[in-house]
Amino acid sequence: MAHEYTAAKKIATKTIIILAVVTVLEVMLALTGKGYIIEGWHMTPWIMHISMIAMSAYKAYLIVFEFMHMKYEAKGLKLSVILPTALLIWAVIAFLYEGNAWKGNRDTVKELSKIEAVE
Amino acid sequence: MNTDTTDIKHTDHDTTANGSWEGAAFPFKVGYGKLMIWYFLLSDAFTFAGFLIAYGTLRFSMPSWPVPDYVFSTFPFLEGHHPLLFVTFMTFVLLFSSFTMIRAVQEGHRENRRGVAIWMGLTIIGGLGFLGCQAWEWTTLIGGEHMSLTTNPFGTHTESGVYLNTDGTPSEETFHAGSTYLIHRMHLADAHEVADAHESDHGASHEVAGAEAHDAGHEDAHGGHSYAGAGDYPDAIVDERGYIHRKFIPSEGENAGKTIHEAFGPKAFGALFFFITGFHGFHVFSGVAFLLIILINVLSGLYVARKNGNEMVEKIGLYWHFVDLVWVFVFLVFYLL
Repeated sequence: MAHEYTAAKKIATKTIIILAVVTVLEVMLALTGKGYIIEGWHMTPWIMHISMIAMSAYKAYLIVFEFMHMKYEAKGLKLSVILPTALLIWAVIAFLYEGNAWKGNRDTVKELSKIEAVE
Repeated sequence: MNTDTTDIKHTDHDTTANGSWEGAAFPFKVGYGKLMIWYFLLSDAFTFAGFLIAYGTLRFSMPSWPVPDYVFSTFPFLEGHHPLLFVTFMTFVLLFSSFTMIRAVQEGHRENRRGVAIWMGLTIIGGLGFLGCQAWEWTTLIGGEHMSLTTNPFGTHTESGVYLNTDGTPSEETFHAGSTYLIHRMHLADAHEVADAHESDHGASHEVAGAEAHDAGHEDAHGGHSYAGAGDYPDAIVDERGYIHRKFIPSEGENAGKTIHEAFGPKAFGALFFFITGFHGFHVFSGVAFLLIILINVLSGLYVARKNGNEMVEKIGLYWHFVDLVWVFVFLVFYLL
């Protein structure tokens, strides 16, 4: 019991340090990528965004699996909570695609009204 | 052969009689309360995901969007721009309250009542600290920068160009496509009076005195120039509510060479920001309330009597970590991307 407690304490400390470091890295990446740290140097937006999303996903993994103890739960519990969230991956793709389509529609309407105005 | 079959049947029957049908089986090896808090958190995750996806969808549907490191660049007691500094501080406050929470849970497992109380107390302080930070952030946005649910003074240039001087000639101040500006608001002597005067007599509103440019967190945007009241000036248009829309000449795009003025940013920005961070803040607030209740129960010795390793502390711990988890994504979507 005592040994278990020390081990758990160690894991918690390790996890919080990793989370803090990743957060600092994220902010540094955001500021560097947008040209705040090195004058005039910008990062390709999609590379920056993908790395930020990956780092946030890693943080989410650490919080759920270590802090919320999901790593040590029964397999059925793990699956029943984590599998449904996979639906969100599709939701993100579908709705962002939809938003982009709205933008396309707006541009089309703008173009058409311009043509009408000329005629 | 025959005996074998009966044996198997017999065993089957035994399992059903003493196992599942009797209850008391824990296939997920957790108590009912803990399992249900997991499913509650799953549903809550979908609620938050819905909001954040709505934000993404609206953002994708707009030609421009306020740049977060311009919008969120104020810091208490400090002048000038400090992009993302304050929200990073807020993130750390919440992260460390998550750490103190897990320490409380661990002390709970070994039935150390004093340890649980101390670490939970620290968690409550962290939660209150986060709420305080959020209150300051909202106050700055609402009171200092005049953002509201329907008005978004943060617009973004879609082409580069140059601002105008007070006499209407192009100034030295240039901007690039994609840079965000803040439409400052000045205090009109009496907004209603001015609006009325504007309707009855077109010239009257210009005579309203006592108006001064309002100093917001963003010092650089306008060099303290003040206008007499609402109206059309050589370098800006001041609307009835006192928002100063500066005039500029784009050097490219369809409006190249024409004089146009700063427009408000996407209307949805304010509503999305206040609603999503507000919903998260409300989760933090209710988390603090539940932490307090459970802390009182810990101190009263209620959970000692239950002898289940302070499972209630574990449950509020799950909720508290979830609030931190949501913040990871709010932070990503609102401030980083």
